[in-house]
Amino acid sequence: MTEQVHLEISDEIAIQIQNMNKWFGSFHVLRDIDLTVNRGERIVVCGPSGSGKSTLIRCINALEEHQKGQIIVDGTELTSDLKNIDKIRSEVGMCFQHFNLFPHLSILENCTLAPIWVRNTPKKEAEEVAMHFLEKVKIPEQADKYPGQLSGGQQQRVAIARSLCMKPRIMLFDEPTSALDPEMIKEVLDTMIELAEEGMTMICVTHEMGFARQVANRVIFMDQGQIVEQNAPEPFFNDPQNPRTQLFLSQILGH
Amino acid sequence: MADNTASFVRNQLIPESPPPSSETGAIKWVRENLFSSPLNIFMTVVSLWAIYSLIINVAPWFINGVWSGSSVRDCYEVLDGATGACFAVLKERWPQLIYGFKYPASEFWRPNLAAILLCIAIAPVLFRTVSRKLFFFTLIYPFLAFWLVWGGTILTSIVAFAGFLVALLSFRKLENHGFVIALIGGCAAALVCWILGGYIIDLGENFVALPAVPSRDMGGFMLNLILGTVCVSLSLPLGIVLALGRQSNMPIIKWICVFFIEFIRGVPLITLLFVANVVLAYFFPPDTNIDLILRVIIMITLFSAAYIAEVIRGGLAALPSGQYEAANSLGLDYAQSMRLIILPQALKVSIPGIVNVAVGLFKDTTLVSIISMFDLIGMIRGPILASTAWSGVYWELFAFAAMIFFIVCYSISQYSQWLERQLETDHR
Repeated sequence: MTEQVHLEISDEIAIQIQNMNKWFGSFHVLRDIDLTVNRGERIVVCGPSGSGKSTLIRCINALEEHQKGQIIVDGTELTSDLKNIDKIRSEVGMCFQHFNLFPHLSILENCTLAPIWVRNTPKKEAEEVAMHFLEKVKIPEQADKYPGQLSGGQQQRVAIARSLCMKPRIMLFDEPTSALDPEMIKEVLDTMIELAEEGMTMICVTHEMGFARQVANRVIFMDQGQIVEQNAPEPFFNDPQNPRTQLFLSQILGH
Repeated sequence: MADNTASFVRNQLIPESPPPSSETGAIKWVRENLFSSPLNIFMTVVSLWAIYSLIINVAPWFINGVWSGSSVRDCYEVLDGATGACFAVLKERWPQLIYGFKYPASEFWRPNLAAILLCIAIAPVLFRTVSRKLFFFTLIYPFLAFWLVWGGTILTSIVAFAGFLVALLSFRKLENHGFVIALIGGCAAALVCWILGGYIIDLGENFVALPAVPSRDMGGFMLNLILGTVCVSLSLPLGIVLALGRQSNMPIIKWICVFFIEFIRGVPLITLLFVANVVLAYFFPPDTNIDLILRVIIMITLFSAAYIAEVIRGGLAALPSGQYEAANSLGLDYAQSMRLIILPQALKVSIPGIVNVAVGLFKDTTLVSIISMFDLIGMIRGPILASTAWSGVYWELFAFAAMIFFIVCYSISQYSQWLERQLETDHR
C-alpha cells in the first residue's frame, strides 16, 4: 500500500447538513443527519446496502429532495428554488456507479457539453480544458470515440473528467468502482487518489477499504438511515466502537 | 508416448487462419438454405412453382399492355381478345392523376417547381453531411411553396414569414423574464405583425402575383403529397411536446396531454375528417371561412401527433434514469437536458415507431376522398372511373396508385433504416 495522503484541511465549511430527514413515501430513509464537511476533506461513507448512503450524497446536489432540515453547499442553501439548485449542481461534480456517460456523444463532446451550455465557455476553450482533463485521467487518445467503445474503467475515468471540466469545488462519488471488473478498479482509484492529493473536497460512497485507509481523513458508517459512527480511518478500522460497525467491518474485511 | 503433465505454458499465440473452403461460396449457401432437408426441398420447389405461375399469368397482362388510345374501347380493339392491360388511361389522364382535374394546365410548372425545391429543402433535415447553410432555405421553403402552389401575391407568404420571425425575435428578447412571458410576448408580436400585414396584402394584391388557385381545385397525387409532408412535419414537433407534457410533473399540463392523446386515439380518423369537413365550422366565428385543406391538415396533424407522442413516450421510458441524473448533476436546466441529452436518444430509439406512424399517415391521406376531396384515390374513384371513356379500368388505375404509394413509403422506410445505422454509436 502506498503512503497515506496527508493534506491541510481548511477551516472553511464546504457542506453543512443539519438535522436533515428524508422519506421515500412513508419509508424514513435518512434520519436526523448532521454532517459538516470542511474544504479539502476527503470523506468515505460506507455501510450495508439500503442504509441510505447513496441517498445522502444524492441529496447534496438535489438529485433527491430532502423533506426536513437544512443543507448548505458553498454558502447556498438548497431549497426548491431552481436557480439555487442549478448553481449548486454546477459547483458540485458527481460520478455514478454506472458512469452515465451520454452514449450519443463522443468522449470529447461528453466533456465539453456542460461547460459550453452551462458556463457559456467558447467551444475551442472548452475542448482545450476537456483535453487537459482527459490527459489527466490518461485517455486523451480516446477523445473521438463513443462511450460504447470504451471499457468500464475507461468510461468511469471519462465520467470523472467530464465532472472536472466544470471545475467543481466538491466531488461526490456514488460507488464509482462497484460496477467494474477487478482489473479496472485500480485505474479508477488511482485517478481518485490523484484528485485527493490535489486537495479536492470529496465525499465517496465506496466499499474499497484500502482506498479509505489511504485517502480518507474521515470515515462515516451508516446504518438504517443514520450515521452510526464516524472517525479517522486508523481508529475506525482498528478500534470500531459500535457493535453494528464491528459486525460490518468483520464481514467485509473478514476474508 | 503419453505426457500427461498438468502444467502447461504457451510460448506462442496461435495465428488467425481463414475458414475451410467448404464453409464459403454460393453452392454452400444454396445447399444450406434451400435444400438442407426433405421438407426444405419440398418447400423450395413449391415456392419456385408458385413464383413461376404468378409470373406466367401476370406477365402477358403487362407485356400486351396498350399505351395509346382515348378510351377503353380503343384498348379492346388493339388487344382483340387477348389478355392485356389498358395503360392508355394513365397516359391520357396523367395530369388529372397528378394535379387533380381543376388545376389549370398552364400552371403545372408551379407544383413541379415546388416539388423539386422540396427535395432541396428537405436535404439538410435528412442528411447531416449537407451544408448547414441550406437550413435557411428549409425555413423559408414552406412559405415559398405555399405561394407557388396556391398563387396570389407573394406578400401573403412574406407577411406570414415575418410574423414567425418577429415572434422568434421577441421570444429571444423576453426569454430572461421567464418562459411563459416570452411565449405570450412572442404570440402577441406575431398577431400584431399579421394584422398589420393584412392591410399591406389588401393594398398590394397584384404585387409579384401568380394566378390564384383555390383549395378546392387541388387534387390528385399532389394533394396527397401536400397533406403528407405538411402533416408529418407538423405532427412530429407537436408529438414531442405532447410526449414531454405527458411526462411533466405539473399535473394540469399532464392531464391535458393525457386527455388529448387518449381522446384522439379513441376516435377514428374518418370521424375527425367529417368533423373537419362539417362540424369544425361551428367552432370558428361565423364569418371566418377556414380553408378546407387547412381544416383537414389540422385534423390529420392532431391525429398523428397523438400516435407519435405515444411512440416517443416509449422512447423516453426506455432511457435509463441515469441519463436524466447525469444531465441534472452537470447543471443543465430542463430545456437543455431535454434538447441535448434526452430527446436525441429517445428519438433515435423511436425512429422505427415514428416512421411507422409517418408511413401510415401518408397512406391515410387517401381517406380525404371520402369527404369529397379529389386526391389520387378520389380522382380514380370519381371523375376517371365515372367517365364513359374509362369505366371499368380498375386494375390499371389502382395498381398505379398502389405503385406510387409503395415507392414513396418504401423510400421512407429505407431512409429510416439507413438513419438508424448512421446513428449507431455503440459498435465496437
